[in-house]
Amino acid sequence: MGKQVPIVDYLILDDGPPHLRAQVCTGCGASYFDRRNACAKCGQRAFEPRSLPAEGTVRSFTIVHRAAPGVPTPYVSAIVDLEGGGVVKANVVNVDPDPDQISFGMPVKLATFVAGTDDDGTEAVAFGYEPK
Amino acid sequence: MSDNGDNVWILGASMTRFGRYPDKDLIDLGAEASMDALDDGGVTIHDMDVLGAGNLFDAATGVGQRLQKQIGQTGIPVYNVSNACATGATAVRAVYMAIKAGEADMGLAVGMEQMGKQGLLGAAGKARDEKKVYEPKGRYGSVMGVEGILGTGLMPGVFAKAGMEYANEHGGVGFEQFAKVAEKNHQHSTLNPLAQYQKPFTLDEVMNAEMMSYPNTLLMCCPTGDGAAALVLVSEEKLDTLGAEQRERAVKISASVMTSDEWTDSDQVQPDVSTLTRRAADQAYERSGVDPQDLDLVELHDCFATAELIHYDNLSLCAPGEAGKFIDDGGPWRDGDIPVNVSGGLISKGHPIGATGAANLYEVATHLRGEAGDRQIEGAKVGLTHVIGLGSACAVHVLEKAAV
Repeated sequence: MGKQVPIVDYLILDDGPPHLRAQVCTGCGASYFDRRNACAKCGQRAFEPRSLPAEGTVRSFTIVHRAAPGVPTPYVSAIVDLEGGGVVKANVVNVDPDPDQISFGMPVKLATFVAGTDDDGTEAVAFGYEPK
Repeated sequence: MSDNGDNVWILGASMTRFGRYPDKDLIDLGAEASMDALDDGGVTIHDMDVLGAGNLFDAATGVGQRLQKQIGQTGIPVYNVSNACATGATAVRAVYMAIKAGEADMGLAVGMEQMGKQGLLGAAGKARDEKKVYEPKGRYGSVMGVEGILGTGLMPGVFAKAGMEYANEHGGVGFEQFAKVAEKNHQHSTLNPLAQYQKPFTLDEVMNAEMMSYPNTLLMCCPTGDGAAALVLVSEEKLDTLGAEQRERAVKISASVMTSDEWTDSDQVQPDVSTLTRRAADQAYERSGVDPQDLDLVELHDCFATAELIHYDNLSLCAPGEAGKFIDDGGPWRDGDIPVNVSGGLISKGHPIGATGAANLYEVATHLRGEAGDRQIEGAKVGLTHVIGLGSACAVHVLEKAAV
């Protein structure tokens, strides 16, 4: 098996169980998945990394039936509120893509999967959330 | 901001029919709407002190100056603006602010777009590199495209999630309530000869159309298209010097407000179309002194049926949390409490992006003048327009009929 890389740099695979890492404003605690020059909420300029919890609840969702070329459908895209703060957009995986199978407030937890392999055999690992 | 005689008025207004114009180009469409708006206002390009030109997809090409070459190169300042789906309204505001600042007595604002058939916006495929090797790129260090893998950021899904979040927070909202919005707008469009589509659909047909992104079916999504809309704005002082018919047909801009996103805990992953709309609407009601319940008609940004429903609440057209009840009770139908999108809305009238925010001002102004033909809301005196461009930019205008 080739090596694995995270699909995005805020998915951490090499420091304990897979988890997301945010840049958190030292002034107000607002968290960001990308670099910011100053906090968009309070304007302070210092940030520190923080590991985010793997568990959360579904705030909102849609079931995508017509997608960009190459994306298998249907799939569930959700907005997930993490326990203790932080909001993430991801697919809900390991669930039937049926509105009756997904509910607001449904508890979910982080799950990783291989999203693709490049020509060197390196696997890209992505994350979603599965019902808890 | 008081009503102290420094108001800005709409003197002329026009729009092309929205649709598909393979035989015309962007500038043809802009010129058609512009010249018609000038004629409608009884003025010429030589009376204009400023030009605001709104366009999204050709924004790097000097659209306003290209337009001048078709309708008159008079040397006036041109502001080419681009602000996502709020582009047309931003062009209007560029002219509005120039007049408010005392730099212009009269100006032309035009929004124009030629999109053609693009299918799902943002879904175009990218050519693959010769050899695929994962390398982190961009602000998130992504090694591959993430659309569909880490959720969806395409429009039908984004607005579906916005609607579903409202459904999560408030009772009485589900697939059927969202679908009723589209049923209404398609029905309304049958009276509007300027609409891209003028075909009614039953609620059943809306709900059973191809599912795009639950709960938005194909008939709950706006189409891509081509078109333009233009407005001639004038200062109150200048208007007072014009003819009786021009003054009688003029429409007062009682509030012109623009907002952008303020920080929320989720806006980095899901655009928040509500907070900035609420802020813009609240400011517009305060500045105009108009109560939402006084509105005779509203043209709001129904890019998707899910969006329209939540904006009933964001614009205070219904009691807080009662957008579902508002549509169930028929409130936004043309014979309801506050008619919404009697033009057919973006869903049916169409959404040539740069034109949309000017076209909704045309629509409301036309009703206030009593010139809307079969779709006229009788006796309309006060109306509101709303657009939102993701990113985000929101514009709200309150218009009032001239007191003759």
